[in-house]
Amino acid sequence: MTEPAANPAPSLAGLFAGFLTVGLVGFGGVLPWARWMIVEQRRWLTPAAFTDLLGLCQFLPGPNIINMSVALGARFHGVRGALVALAGITLAPIGVVLSLGVLYERYGGDALVQHALAGMAAGAAGLVLATALKIAAPLRGRPLGLAIATIGFVAIGVLQLPLLVTLLVLVPASILLHRTAR
Amino acid sequence: MNPVLLSLAVLFSQLSLVAVGGGNTILPEMQRQVVDVQHWMSPAEFAALFALAQASPGPNMLVATLIGWRVAGGWGALVATLSLFGPPALLTFMTSRLWDRFRERPWRHQVQAGLMPVTAGLVLAASLRLGIASAHSLSAVVILVATALAVLFTRLHPLLLFAVAAVAGALGFS
Repeated sequence: MTEPAANPAPSLAGLFAGFLTVGLVGFGGVLPWARWMIVEQRRWLTPAAFTDLLGLCQFLPGPNIINMSVALGARFHGVRGALVALAGITLAPIGVVLSLGVLYERYGGDALVQHALAGMAAGAAGLVLATALKIAAPLRGRPLGLAIATIGFVAIGVLQLPLLVTLLVLVPASILLHRTAR
Repeated sequence: MNPVLLSLAVLFSQLSLVAVGGGNTILPEMQRQVVDVQHWMSPAEFAALFALAQASPGPNMLVATLIGWRVAGGWGALVATLSLFGPPALLTFMTSRLWDRFRERPWRHQVQAGLMPVTAGLVLAASLRLGIASAHSLSAVVILVATALAVLFTRLHPLLLFAVAAVAGALGFS
């Protein structure tokens, strides 16, 4: 790598600590925090290298931040690095979510708790709606993209068709149509 | 292997490999499988578990951990989590070195351009299914829309928004 501003490879402990803090502070989307930690704070990657790695993580299936931790851990320390980074990003949040689950099991029958959770569930649905609109925003003025998005929305959201079949039809069709549309 | 654990492993490892564009795209299928196919819980409980997972820090697909735990305890949580995160992690590990070679290949951008509208449609579908599962009253619809607007037009912390939604729900607003 010829670009400046990247620090030497972090230790395994550094990898774990970096992803642990990202896992703990990242609410409602971990990626902005991950970028800050990796590029600005610890300088493991240059901005361009981060963007390139993010491209891979978005290209592959699965949660982007999981893929990011594995790719970065593997780059610096192979299998051990990947496992350590993955443990760093997941362990603390899993502890938190299971604690909430235990509380839910104990107090979930309480009417007040049920109402609060119903409010939170509606809020969570609103958060997903906002995320969807942000993802869909660049499609404005692009009829082909809007048509594909609408078909996906109707197939999965309204008709509730199986996801795998829908993707096997829609993804190749979308890629081919976008190629020929160019 | 206990049949419920096996079902969890099959379900979440399959979902993990079709989770294009992050995690939210597989929510409708997860909800359909967990609620309608396996009958593990009601739509409202699924929505509540999803809300708990969203109110937690970290990766946004930890709802799988909660579902596994509700269905089969600690082992269920472990199996569901490993099944959802394991296959993509393995795939990333195997391909991250190859990726640099494809940097300039045009198909990379064509595939990404083709995937984007599909992702948008599926995340919209996820919000519809979650909305149907959670918006049982006019006030819940208000909370849903208000949260969406707040995320789109303010920089308020998501945790604060969840707290407001919980209080609004608890105050008999729902």
